[in-house]
Amino acid sequence: MSRGSFTSVALAVGRRNVHNYFTNPAMIIPGLLFPLFFFTAFAGGLSRVDSVPGFDYPAGYTAFVYGFVLLQASAFGGIFTGFSIARDFESGFSRRLMLAAPRRSGIIAGYWVAAVTRAMFNVLLITAVALIAGLEITGGPLDLLGLYTLALIVNAAAMLFGSGVAMRLRTMQAGPAMQVPAFLFLFLAPVWVPYDLLAGWVHAAATVNPITLVLEAGRGFIAADPVKVLPAFAVALGLAGTSVLWARGGLRSAERAA
Amino acid sequence: MSRSTLALQVGMLARRSVVRTMRQPAMIVPALFFPLLLLAINSSGLDSATNLPGFPTDSYFQFALAIAFVQGALFSANSAGTNVSADVETGFLNRLSLTPLRRVALLLGQLAGILALGLIQAVTFLAVGVVFGAGIQAGVPGALVIVALSLLISLGFGCIGAFVALRTGSGEAVQGIFPLLFAALFLSSMALPRNLIETDWFQTVATWNPVSYMLEGIRSLVITGWDGEALALGFACAGGLAVLTLAATSSALRTRMART
Repeated sequence: MSRGSFTSVALAVGRRNVHNYFTNPAMIIPGLLFPLFFFTAFAGGLSRVDSVPGFDYPAGYTAFVYGFVLLQASAFGGIFTGFSIARDFESGFSRRLMLAAPRRSGIIAGYWVAAVTRAMFNVLLITAVALIAGLEITGGPLDLLGLYTLALIVNAAAMLFGSGVAMRLRTMQAGPAMQVPAFLFLFLAPVWVPYDLLAGWVHAAATVNPITLVLEAGRGFIAADPVKVLPAFAVALGLAGTSVLWARGGLRSAERAA
Repeated sequence: MSRSTLALQVGMLARRSVVRTMRQPAMIVPALFFPLLLLAINSSGLDSATNLPGFPTDSYFQFALAIAFVQGALFSANSAGTNVSADVETGFLNRLSLTPLRRVALLLGQLAGILALGLIQAVTFLAVGVVFGAGIQAGVPGALVIVALSLLISLGFGCIGAFVALRTGSGEAVQGIFPLLFAALFLSSMALPRNLIETDWFQTVATWNPVSYMLEGIRSLVITGWDGEALALGFACAGGLAVLTLAATSSALRTRMART
């Protein structure tokens, strides 16, 4: 089977999902509103926290929260694409798609195109709001490249994880099974204060949570003080690689059921 | 229609509403799980905020406990709205409109489910608070007042959900208001006391936001004991919301029943 058939399937699925996304406010709002709420509520409401002894992030609290919200928006862009896949299975569209597609792995690639588009749209809007709210990114172009590449890898990992769940369960009721693990990974990291200021069980959880490295590296890029770059990329790529296998397993499961 | 007939109608519909709520774990579990999860994460993640000069307690868990009550009440809006919209979508309200049932009975009956869920939430959050060492400075009477205030807040938010469901007849519309209600919680004194909020516009919004006073009413009983001003403001905001939304829901119900 030609590479062309893979690309044509990916582009067709991607185009359809991007179109559905931008023509349906019910799909735009959840993935966008929650990171915006978190940014607004915590960058505004908690800004005083940067006066806590031991808070040593040089770019300020708005940038500190932006680092997290960027990651959240990227991950949600991927997870909510998993919701779209589940919806397509419920409506019977995916069954027809699998009969028609000459290269079924192109279906996952198409959903990934949609996930990247969603994440870029979300990140663009959130960055605009953050800049209006006083965000100062001191990192240079190379830092920004590192920051947004990391975010895109997280987006891909989340989308592939979501698609694996959606293709196995093939129902919208699988939503919590996609959302809750992503939520836990994100929030059991140093979200509101640096790692050293965490207390209790969240400190222990953040120590073993791979997202902690990704978040700290992202914040380092924003502040022009890159830290733990290699481990962060290794972890993000590892998560994405594992998710590829998970998504392929999901596709096989869906093929058996089709 | 006699008073006993009205009581019978209310009783039957209230029983249906409570049983229906209790039979849906998907409605109860998130309403308990997510507020407790946020409480657990924030109380550890933000414990260092208690080092800020002027922070009212040395335990962020004690400070954050109030959030669980209000966040739980937001789920009441979702729960009530979903149940009422299902009644509209399945034609249950249409059939009721053919009976001599009084509107007030229908309204009170539907609200019983909200209050039952609110009671389960309030008792659970209080128990978790006490077990994990938050302590209630106002003692047992204070705990009872927390339950009462929490129920009033649940009633207010629950009526918002019921109002939207009656106006639109759509479960999706009910789901759509959830993020807006969440915004009201997030733009309040949820994370820090108002006097410690540094960002001017945020402090202004939090000061105008009635949710801040609901939180502060509960928080005062947990942290400081009996604070008449905080309690009066908390009950006034929660009661005001409940009265307004009850009136709106009653009006929407009248319109809905007339349509059918």
